[in-house]
Amino acid sequence: MANKRPSKALLSAGILVYLFLYIPLAVVVIFSFNDSKLNAEWVGFTWKWYEKLIHNDSILRAAGNSLIIAIISAAMATVLGTLAGLAIHRGRQKWLPALVLGPIAMPDILIGVSLLLMFILLNVSLGMVSIILAHVSFCIGFVALAVQSRLAGMDQSLIEAARDLGASPWQSFRLISLPLLMPGIIAGAMMAFTLSIDDFVITFFTAGVGSSTLPLEIYSMVKIAVTPEVNAVSTLLMLVTLTLITALSKISPTVLRQ
Amino acid sequence: MLEINAVSRSFGDFVALNNVSLHIQAGEFFTLLGPSGCGKTTLLRLIAGFDQADSGQILLDGKPLCALPPEKRPVHTVFQSYALFPHMTVAENIAFPLRMAKMSKAEIAHRVTEVLNDVRLPDKAKHYPDALSGGQKQRIAIARALVNRPRLLLLDEPLSALDAKLREQMQIELINLQKEVGITFVYVTHDQGEALALSHRIAVMNKGEISQIDEPSVLYSYPDNRFVADFIGQCNILDAKVLSGNEQKVNIAIAGLGEIAATANPEITFKSGDNCALTLRPEKIRLAASLEAEPDEALFSGKVHDMLYLGDVTVYIIELANGVLIEAMLANDAPGRTRLFDTGDAVQIAWRIDAGHLVP
Repeated sequence: MANKRPSKALLSAGILVYLFLYIPLAVVVIFSFNDSKLNAEWVGFTWKWYEKLIHNDSILRAAGNSLIIAIISAAMATVLGTLAGLAIHRGRQKWLPALVLGPIAMPDILIGVSLLLMFILLNVSLGMVSIILAHVSFCIGFVALAVQSRLAGMDQSLIEAARDLGASPWQSFRLISLPLLMPGIIAGAMMAFTLSIDDFVITFFTAGVGSSTLPLEIYSMVKIAVTPEVNAVSTLLMLVTLTLITALSKISPTVLRQ
Repeated sequence: MLEINAVSRSFGDFVALNNVSLHIQAGEFFTLLGPSGCGKTTLLRLIAGFDQADSGQILLDGKPLCALPPEKRPVHTVFQSYALFPHMTVAENIAFPLRMAKMSKAEIAHRVTEVLNDVRLPDKAKHYPDALSGGQKQRIAIARALVNRPRLLLLDEPLSALDAKLREQMQIELINLQKEVGITFVYVTHDQGEALALSHRIAVMNKGEISQIDEPSVLYSYPDNRFVADFIGQCNILDAKVLSGNEQKVNIAIAGLGEIAATANPEITFKSGDNCALTLRPEKIRLAASLEAEPDEALFSGKVHDMLYLGDVTVYIIELANGVLIEAMLANDAPGRTRLFDTGDAVQIAWRIDAGHLVP
């Protein structure tokens, strides 16, 4: 089985799919270094769009906002999602998994609209706080899922063994469960960070004046034209996401290991 | 030392333990034996504190255990899966109970080295459990459970994951270890051979109740009931009816075989007309092409119906008149290749009337 090579047809179909997925991204990256205002033909290599970015205050502010939102909401979602994952694993409440994991399946537009309505009803002013709350709410499910799948693969007698050998419930959580869950928790945190920094739809509904994030800023720039500057900022965003995804895939083998 | 008094535990409609009582002596190697679902593991979990009894009491050295959480009980468990902490080295695993007991670093280091020497794995201290073989994991799990000297060591099918050869070696190690440390062992297994080999006393359990508690040789030779006779070793169980009897001898009728004599069971008095069963171990039956009945022997003719060649012995299933099947066993102890009978051969079997044991 392991030595069996895929058939030529399957291989070329696979290559086509990946070309379809990655060529547009490659084009964005390439044109971000193109010394021309038009995304039409290759003129020459330049860093100037990146230099322009550094001096574009609104993009810098949006990037800063995105980073702050992603860090805070990932941190909050990680704590809450881990607790939710533990609670789901205990299985005392049958409805809990559906409740926590529901937002994963829910359309973003629905979450966005309903959160907007809630914030208006509760008189929460739209801004960083409302965006963070929104991001936490849809990230919890992903963290819970990562933690819970890790828990499901864990030998339950490890916790019993810890208690048996003299550890209090808190000690057995801190010394045994937590270290063993850590790969799942880190994977969940990275997922939450990526989802937060990339989110457009939900952020679009919950952002206010002055709290624009990078995806929102890119969108507003694109409304006029896809400038090389947009290409440059998209390339940077892609770089951040790819770095995290690569790190995540480095961690997930250890998530799957035990 | 450990007293279990009228303990019951149910899970929904399933009665895992029904009014179980037993006493375990200090220093004893005590085994809970039974098929899966008989309640032996439930009882072990109650003693360890992972589960609570619905009713009844568990006393250790006269003090009730039930109110204490597992970490407060001087009882440690060796788990079937070993439950070694995968993110800790062997030394850290063994040090865990000592750390929990707030022992000094120097004392911990000293004890860990000592116990690693005891289980003959001194060079594995820095290894992670992943890098150990099954037998080594087993020894580390036992070392970890024994390192801070519990009053009681519970072992939950600890050898079931090992292959047969290694299992036998570990059995010998366990017997010697228990002798050395003098700690009371409560051992759970479904393997009757293992129970016979290891234990001072065995409690045979069935459907949440105790069928019999005795020393291995008593259990094997004088089972109290059909379940124990059938569960421990191989056994012919022949349904019979009591015809007449006195204190030494009972005459019974076995369907298809007619009237034969059997030794009375001192524990139970049988009245004429009672249903009973004659339990007869295959190795206590004489088997030959033709036999001369000794006094006090029952003798029957039949033919070889089936045979199982096991190397050291061959098990023959003998069909007697009227289709009664009896299992007999012959040692292949003659020099050279032994092949005594073939399927279909006419043979005779005989057993002393005190070789069989009557059970209700």
